[in-house]
Amino acid sequence: MRGLKRIVPLAVLAGVLPFLQPAHAAEKTLKVVPQANLIVLDPVWTTAFVTRNHGFMVFDTLFGTDAEGNIRPQMVESWTESDDHLRWTFSLREGLKFHDGAPVTSEDVVASLKRWGARDTVGRLLLASIDRFDTPDARTFVLQLKKPFGIMLDALGKPTNLVPFIMPARIAATPPNEQIKEVVGSGPYRFVADAYRPGEKVVYEKNTDYVPRSEPPSGTAGAKNVYVDRVEWVILRDPQTQFNALLGGEVDIIEQPTFEQYAALRKAKDIKLENMVPNGRQFYARLNHLHPPFDKPEIRQAAMVALGQEEHLKTQVGDSDMYRFCKSLFPCGTPYSSDATSYYTGKADPKRARQMLADAGYNNEPVVLLRSTDLAMVAKLPLVTKQQLEAAGFKVDMQQSDWATVVTRRAKKEKPEQGGWSIFETAGDSDPNPLARPALNAAGQNGWFGWQDDPELEALKARFVEAPSLEERKKIAEQIQIRAIDTVSYIPLGQFFNPAAVRTNISGILPAGAQVYWNIRKD
Amino acid sequence: MLKYLVQRLVAAVPVLLMVAVLVFLILQLSPGDPAAIIAGDNATDKDLAQIRQSLGLDRSLVAQFGIWAGNVLQGDLGYSFFQRKSVTELIFQRIEPTLSLALGTLALALIVALPLGTIAAWRMGGWLDRALTCFSVAGFAIPVFVVGYILIYFFSVRFELLPIQGYHRLNGWADLWPWASRLILPWLALGMVYVALIARITRASVSEALTEDYVRTARAKGLGESVVLIRHALANAAVPIVTIVGIGVASLISGVVVTETVFAIPGLGSLTVDAVLNRDFPVIQGLVLFFGVSYVAINLIVDLSYLFFDPRIRY
Repeated sequence: MRGLKRIVPLAVLAGVLPFLQPAHAAEKTLKVVPQANLIVLDPVWTTAFVTRNHGFMVFDTLFGTDAEGNIRPQMVESWTESDDHLRWTFSLREGLKFHDGAPVTSEDVVASLKRWGARDTVGRLLLASIDRFDTPDARTFVLQLKKPFGIMLDALGKPTNLVPFIMPARIAATPPNEQIKEVVGSGPYRFVADAYRPGEKVVYEKNTDYVPRSEPPSGTAGAKNVYVDRVEWVILRDPQTQFNALLGGEVDIIEQPTFEQYAALRKAKDIKLENMVPNGRQFYARLNHLHPPFDKPEIRQAAMVALGQEEHLKTQVGDSDMYRFCKSLFPCGTPYSSDATSYYTGKADPKRARQMLADAGYNNEPVVLLRSTDLAMVAKLPLVTKQQLEAAGFKVDMQQSDWATVVTRRAKKEKPEQGGWSIFETAGDSDPNPLARPALNAAGQNGWFGWQDDPELEALKARFVEAPSLEERKKIAEQIQIRAIDTVSYIPLGQFFNPAAVRTNISGILPAGAQVYWNIRKD
Repeated sequence: MLKYLVQRLVAAVPVLLMVAVLVFLILQLSPGDPAAIIAGDNATDKDLAQIRQSLGLDRSLVAQFGIWAGNVLQGDLGYSFFQRKSVTELIFQRIEPTLSLALGTLALALIVALPLGTIAAWRMGGWLDRALTCFSVAGFAIPVFVVGYILIYFFSVRFELLPIQGYHRLNGWADLWPWASRLILPWLALGMVYVALIARITRASVSEALTEDYVRTARAKGLGESVVLIRHALANAAVPIVTIVGIGVASLISGVVVTETVFAIPGLGSLTVDAVLNRDFPVIQGLVLFFGVSYVAINLIVDLSYLFFDPRIRY
């Protein structure tokens, strides 16, 4: 009997073990852990990066941005600009088809641009410059302008939020403040609506009708060749579970591991790190220009001198390979970055800041610093900011909440002591276009949170829009930067990178302004 | 019995109404504006106003509640602000993983805990009893996520016996193993707490029953120990055990966020967390109401089950 007691569990185990096999991904299914749960499918309705990346899977763009930051044609075959810069004529490539089989026409393009233009900062400027749209034939569309719009191609080929994706006209007819109801694009992948389970997985299938360009792939430009049959985005919230799933081969890519994971990922077998977004992102602090103490430019400048990038980056990111000191307001590595930064050095100088504060007549008004505790990517920044501001003599009241509360509160114009705020901190993307940076908005009460009111900065931006050449735009961008630093539109807290963790059997990942999944092979 | 049932159902109405009003008010009065989250970084005041209008958030609190309550009475829990899906659809999408996790955990806990607790009571002070006490302390003290990670490390990463994460939907017999294989580790991780809880309650209830006169009488009649233990002691100790199992089911349905996160099970817990973080009011309201109805229903079933376990109880 005693022997039987020993044998039975062993027999059960022996019977079960053959069936206990690890789950392996199908041969040509690329499994990706995206940076967040995809809950919004409309890339024009939200600025969520995960939705932007979803947009690149399903939709195509008129132009793309290559790895060097140059704008290249994508859906567009050819284009002309009139001598007076007021008439742009574009021809679409032949053979472009939506996933429902309908051809892509100029009507679809115009409807898509109108919807995008109602939501995007640069798009709004473009629409404001347009006198009328013409569609002489199914493959040609014309933008007749009221005034020159020098950044036309940059606007149409921008790689990040909000991207002017082209949708069928019937879908693009959806009001801009409502979500689209079906996801039909003409991009390299087809969205499988039936398999979509928010919080669980998102499935894309190869669009076999897609006709890639002949140029080599680069960034969001060039040939969008697809070498896998299917891409699945697997929603895994827990970083440790993501790590385990990658080690076990249940997923192929973790798009954005947490900073704390990189040390372990570097040591892990069969795992490599690949920077999908080479320009990374930028941490920054935005001040409230409406109320004391930051209604005075001298006090804003004192705050700018008080804050140092290195300390913020070390605390928030930790690993020095994952961040870059960059005192330019436009992220380093992008076309408009410049070392002309006036008094700003990017290094904390509490002594000088204290003197500037005294000279400015600071009355010890409390600085209400908002801290989001649930958004790990920026949660540690305010801790350093508080310490550095206090070292310079500021009185700081750090108020903690979740990110949802921060984004609600930053929209409040009340005084800081009445539910308003003085500083919030966030991470912006490295879009090279100065106009795409919300923190450079100086349109006053109708502008972005912080409500900077500076007609001179706005006038410089207007000149930037009209400048016809990159060289001229670079010069104006430098003037914008100096003006923004003098008036303290925002305080850059450093650039950082979030390389993807990738299994070594995956190749062909393209560095771009967004995470894109064409050109990838799985061996 | 029927009268009692009707009384209980009627009594549930004000409870659910109170739950509905409270959750609605708490959400509306808490900081966090879904329109601001949707609008993103490029939004202007005008954008925010337009989004609020499109979501119906510009209406008065009373009007918003009236519309929501009216729809709920017609069985419509509304639409998610973010996902373009009805709340009912979202709940139904997530209920299968949660129920699989909850019911499997409880089944496992009962299979292990009932004999363990009964034997511990029978041999009180013996090695099994002391081992059970140790296990119970460990079961309560070690967080589920720690147990989860340890199990994943050994069974999935080290020995590659079971999948690490995810959920496989049960559509037929062919899905049985893929479904179970993804749940074995979560069942074990979560089951530890419930084994500890149910075993402790069983031990206490059975040990008390073993001191009763009817047990002495049964033994005096010459009945075997197994019959005494199961038919007399355990059967009479069933009421507190059933109560704790009922509470377990209810809390498992609404409160397994950590386990769902560690094992990436797309259940109601993660739906709730996402909805709260995004201030997706219709989803939060729908879920809380659903949890409220679940609690009421489970309590009612537990109360009715007393009739079966203890014939002395009359309603």
